[in-house]
Amino acid sequence: MTAIDPTLTVVPRARRPRDHARLHKNVSRGMLILYILFLLVPIYWLVNMSFKTNAEILSGVSLLPQDFTWHNYAVIFSDSTWYMGYVNSLIYVVLNTLISVTVALPAAYAFSRYSFMGDKHLFFWLLTNRMAPAAVFALPFFQLYSSVGLFDTHIAVALAHCLFNVPLAVWILEGFMRGVPKEVDETAYIDGHSFGGFFLKIFMPLIASGIGVAAFFCFMFSWVDLLISRTLTSVHVKTIGVAMTRTSSATGLDYGVLAAAGVLTIIPGALVIWFVRNYIAKGFALGRV
Amino acid sequence: MLKTQNNKAWFLVLPVLLLVGFSAILPLMTVVNYAFNDTFGNNAFFWVGLEWFRDVIRSERMHDALQRQLIFSAIILAIEIPLGIAIALTLPKRGVWASLTLVLLALPLLIPWNVVGTIWQLFTRIDIGLLGSTLAALGVDFNLGRDAIDAWATLIVMDVWHWTSLVTLLCYAGLQSIPEAYYQAGRIDQASRWAVFRYIELPKMQGVLLIAVLLRFMDSFMIYTEPFVVTGGGPGSTTTFLSVDLVKMAIGQFDLGPAAAFSLMYFLVILLISWVFYTVMTNLDQEKEEVPE
Amino acid sequence: MAKITLSNLAHTYFPYPRGEQDYALKTIDLTWDDGGAYALLGASGCGKSTLLNLISGLRRPSQGRILFGDGDVTDAPTAERNIAQVFQFPVVYDTMTVRENLAFPLRNRGMKKDYIQSRVDQVAQMIGMEDTLSRKARGLTADAKQKISLGRGMVREDVNAILFDEPLTVIDPHLKWELRTQLKKLHQDFGHTMIYVTHDQTEALTFADKVVVMHDGRIVQVGTPEELFERPAHTFVGYFIGSPGMNLLDAVIDSDVARIGEHKVPLGGTFGPLTGRTQIGIRPEHVTVSRTGGLPATILRVDDVGRHRILRAEVAGAPVAVVLPEGAELPADSCRLIFQPEKIGVFADDWRMAPEHPKDRSGS
Repeated sequence: MTAIDPTLTVVPRARRPRDHARLHKNVSRGMLILYILFLLVPIYWLVNMSFKTNAEILSGVSLLPQDFTWHNYAVIFSDSTWYMGYVNSLIYVVLNTLISVTVALPAAYAFSRYSFMGDKHLFFWLLTNRMAPAAVFALPFFQLYSSVGLFDTHIAVALAHCLFNVPLAVWILEGFMRGVPKEVDETAYIDGHSFGGFFLKIFMPLIASGIGVAAFFCFMFSWVDLLISRTLTSVHVKTIGVAMTRTSSATGLDYGVLAAAGVLTIIPGALVIWFVRNYIAKGFALGRV
Repeated sequence: MLKTQNNKAWFLVLPVLLLVGFSAILPLMTVVNYAFNDTFGNNAFFWVGLEWFRDVIRSERMHDALQRQLIFSAIILAIEIPLGIAIALTLPKRGVWASLTLVLLALPLLIPWNVVGTIWQLFTRIDIGLLGSTLAALGVDFNLGRDAIDAWATLIVMDVWHWTSLVTLLCYAGLQSIPEAYYQAGRIDQASRWAVFRYIELPKMQGVLLIAVLLRFMDSFMIYTEPFVVTGGGPGSTTTFLSVDLVKMAIGQFDLGPAAAFSLMYFLVILLISWVFYTVMTNLDQEKEEVPE
Repeated sequence: MAKITLSNLAHTYFPYPRGEQDYALKTIDLTWDDGGAYALLGASGCGKSTLLNLISGLRRPSQGRILFGDGDVTDAPTAERNIAQVFQFPVVYDTMTVRENLAFPLRNRGMKKDYIQSRVDQVAQMIGMEDTLSRKARGLTADAKQKISLGRGMVREDVNAILFDEPLTVIDPHLKWELRTQLKKLHQDFGHTMIYVTHDQTEALTFADKVVVMHDGRIVQVGTPEELFERPAHTFVGYFIGSPGMNLLDAVIDSDVARIGEHKVPLGGTFGPLTGRTQIGIRPEHVTVSRTGGLPATILRVDDVGRHRILRAEVAGAPVAVVLPEGAELPADSCRLIFQPEKIGVFADDWRMAPEHPKDRSGS
């Protein structure tokens, strides 16, 4: 047995009949880059505008702010109706995420482990709620939450968003739970764990990434909706959507502040994506159809 | 997985049931109540039966909105599904670039819908928007406040911008689940790029594609905030989709009865079309007896 | 079909290997004869899958050449190598029928319709699937799917070799034997070159005419099943093949005698001076229990494995297994063991040493 021959140089890649494949690769790279540019250009324009003065915005198109200013952001951070809009939105989004995941966990467990009377119909009914147009429910929601005295509270928005987030969370979590072999449960029961103890200490860590993905989607869908949140709030809980409508006043639109407010709404989402980037794609693939 | 028969599992589902029931059934009952009654305010109702439904079904305005909505959703699906698949095929499979492109792709999905509308409204303005001014400089007479085609084009491009990433992420997830051996088998069999797509990648993406089509159909069919912000339903009523029309009817004109009847039929149409998609796509392959491997 | 030559082949997954330890495959020179049935046997991580991937063209070797016949295919992509492969998990085109699956490689190569038709029928008969030709591949069992991927390989008449990458992993135990037999018969009837990668010695020994044993990135022995059993070239072959494996005992070799402690074991030949770690190896089948002569051993336990019993004992601190003949009686806790001299192998630093003068009766 001879050792590796150090004098033997690596074979030169003489004949490469893969030029076609390489061309294909370059074309697809190019397509991807073009598409990402297409995604980023409108966002770039918003960011660009947010650093301009209104005078500059209205004076015409320039690719970079000529008269760079933080003024628009300063307006938002110095005015409590503005920044409280973000705080209020974040409060009900976080509330909604917590509620949705908490109630979805046992339900998803039930769907993934047991068959019970009416389980299929129930699952389908849950999913149909995802199909209810928000516009349809806006007015009844208003009446419902007014009549129970929850109108204009964070919890009202959080509960209303549960309508479409809970079915989604159940759906995603059920997919992840099905990936955990049933033997895990059985072993735990044999070892004398109670259901609660098993669920919290053994099962939840196993589906931690699933919980993360479900929470991400609840956060996302609660954050992007401003129709229901605007319908259910007025004075005490001003949401960011309401605040943004204030930019149009008697003196005309305050474009700079509007753009800055828009930029600030992108940031929480971008942060959340960064944390769950490796699971985003996974969460979808596991969903049950 | 073999499931245990256990009706006590209902207790685990109960919280979900109560919560979603509270948010779904009570408002739905309100809607139903309005749909069959008329009111002169003060919570005094009287039964009108199917009259509102008859009105809505006969209404020219509803037909037009439905037609616009169907055309819009069809165009959206026809563009976003193939484009989403194509982009997913170009994504790097692993490494730093894969994470980075995924994050960039997901970005539009995380933007509040009214901000999406605002972004595109500003972006397409002829005086201060990059796209609008560029088009104007190129000599295109672009005016989404006056020209219905321009308004439609803007809304479609906006929706493609906003949602194609969702299709891409789903397809990417499906593609990631294909073992390398399949591609190697394709090379051994000298399958063309098209054949690899048609016989290896597409079948493996079928499940996620179904989710993608359903989600994109439902959400495009319910679209409200973005067109409301960008075009306000105009010019005229050329971009007044079902949701936009519904809100106009319910809140703008306070015609609660017809609006409620409209809502119920709207909901049923979504259910019906979703069911059709679901059935058609799951029956594309007749033999479904999957063997556990 | 063609003979396959691997010349000075080596592979590393590191871009800048620092030395031999970074190589998954150390230098390999080997020729696979046309029409042979080979098994590539080794523990997981020994480099057998790397070697398979080099032959199939999935990876390009860091060093050396691969020849199919006289043609150099080192840089050729998989499609040009004209090989077929059956993977660990069944790879079939789910949405196609069995017939379309089998026709796929031919259709992609632009063959004529009626040729494809008749060839597919022929192959379906070969793999015993003529009744399921019009069914969708999706609903079939794992073993049927493996047959289809085998059929997809055999459907091309000019295929250079069929590679098997642990193809029975997901097959039910009672079907494994049946598939292996069918594979063996297909080889005898049609004479394709077959390379069968496995870590299961039973699969390797029953399938192959020649077994290539790999260990730690090297080929340690190429031989018939008998050769591997009777004359393992490396201690790894000794204990990896056979059940239980070969007994290996540290010994000092002194001409025709091996010394273990103060005991002497006669050898089947005369050996010159050896360097490094020296060991003798003897198969459990070639050890007999005796009351009078031989090495003293402590009995640990007796395992009953069905066909026979295995005595587990200890000689000078090293474990020794003995296959007991039918009805043999055993003393309670200690006994003496006799090794058949002509069956004893002598190893220096794990490699088998040939005797300088074989004794007349040894025959090797």
